[in-house]
Amino acid sequence: MSDAAAKPALQSTPALAPAAKGASIRDIFLEFLLIGATSFGGGVVAYLRSGLVAKREWIDDKEFVEMLAISQTLPGLNATNMAILVGDKLRGTLGSLAAIVGICLPGAVLMYIVGMLYHVHGDRPVVTAMLKGVAAAAVGLILATTVQLGRKSLAHVYDLVFIALTVLGVNWLHQSVPRVLIAVGIVAILWYHPRRAEKESVSQ
Amino acid sequence: MNQIPALIRVFAYLALLTVGGGMAAFPELKVLTVEVHHWLTFTQLIHLYSMGQMAPGPNMMMIVSIGEWTAGIAGAIVVLLAFFGPTAVLALLVGRLWKKLEKWPWRASIEKGLAPVSIGLLLAGCYTIAKGAITGATTAAIAFLVFMALLRFKLNPAFLILGGAVVGLFAFGIK
Repeated sequence: MSDAAAKPALQSTPALAPAAKGASIRDIFLEFLLIGATSFGGGVVAYLRSGLVAKREWIDDKEFVEMLAISQTLPGLNATNMAILVGDKLRGTLGSLAAIVGICLPGAVLMYIVGMLYHVHGDRPVVTAMLKGVAAAAVGLILATTVQLGRKSLAHVYDLVFIALTVLGVNWLHQSVPRVLIAVGIVAILWYHPRRAEKESVSQ
Repeated sequence: MNQIPALIRVFAYLALLTVGGGMAAFPELKVLTVEVHHWLTFTQLIHLYSMGQMAPGPNMMMIVSIGEWTAGIAGAIVVLLAFFGPTAVLALLVGRLWKKLEKWPWRASIEKGLAPVSIGLLLAGCYTIAKGAITGATTAAIAFLVFMALLRFKLNPAFLILGGAVVGLFAFGIK
C-alpha cells in the first residue's frame, strides 16, 4: 500500500500509455459496437474474448482473465465492466467511454423498440403464450450460465456454504440484496484472509 | 407525476447490486419497479427480462423498456445513464487501483470471497424469476430442457429461447 502511495507520479498514467497495436478511439468504438450488435443470446464474454484477444490482439488471454476477475468482483455488468477496463487500457478514459457506448448502443436501441411493441401488443393471447415459453426458457438459460460461472470461479467446498447463506438470506429470510451482499461478503472475505491463502500455497 | 428522479434513484441503486451479473439485482428490481413504484406488473417484468436475454450486448438492456414505459425517450436515456454511469466510473477507478494493488494480499481474498457470494446472488435472482415464470409442468419442462441442453452442448441460447416461444405458442396459445 505505502509503496503505491509513495510514487504516484510514476504510476498515475500507465493506463494512458498508447497500446501496442495502436487502437484509435474509432477502432475501439467500432469493435465494441460490433460485439454489442452480434452477441445474441447472452454469453457476451465469449464474444469479447474472440474480438479483443483473438481478432484484434489488444490484450492477451492472461490480461483477459484478470480483467474478468475484476469485472465479476465489482458491481456492474461483466460486459460493461470489461468494456471499461479494456477501453482504459487502450486509450484511457475516452477509450472506456467509446467502448461502453459501443457495446450498449445496439441492445439499448433494440430493447427500446421491443419495449414499445410489447407495450402495444403484449396483451394479445398469442404473444402472452409465446412469452410464457420464452420466460421459462430464459430461466433455464440463466441457471445454466450461473452453473457454468460457478464451475469456473469456485475453488473450495466451503464456497457452497457461502452460496447457500446468500440464497437463504435473499429468498428465505427475505433480506435485501445489499444487506446479504455485505454480511456474507465480509464473512467470506475474512474466511479467505491472506494467511489462509499463504498456508494453502505452502501446503500445495 | 414526474418519474424521472425516481427512475434515476432506482436504477443507480440497482446497478450497485449487480455483483457477478445482472441477475443478482433481480430480487430488488422486482421489489422496486413492481411493488414500490408500480411501473409494471411482475408478469410484464418477467416478459421483458426474458426477451432481453435474447438481445445482443449486456443482458440488462430491458431496463431501457422500463424507462421508456415510465417516461418516454427521456426515461430511457436517464435509466441508461443511471444504471451504467456510476458503475462505469467505479470500474474505471477501481480497475486502475486494482492493478497497483497486485501485491496487496487482501486483493486475492476479496476476489475469492466475493466469488461464491456473487454466485449465490445470481441463484437467488434465478429463484425469484423462476417463481414467476415456472407456473406448471410445461414451463418447468422447458426450463429444464434448456438448462440441460446448454450444459451438454455448445448451442446459441437465442435459438433455445426462440424454441421456448414456439413451444409456448403451441402449449398455451392454440386451443
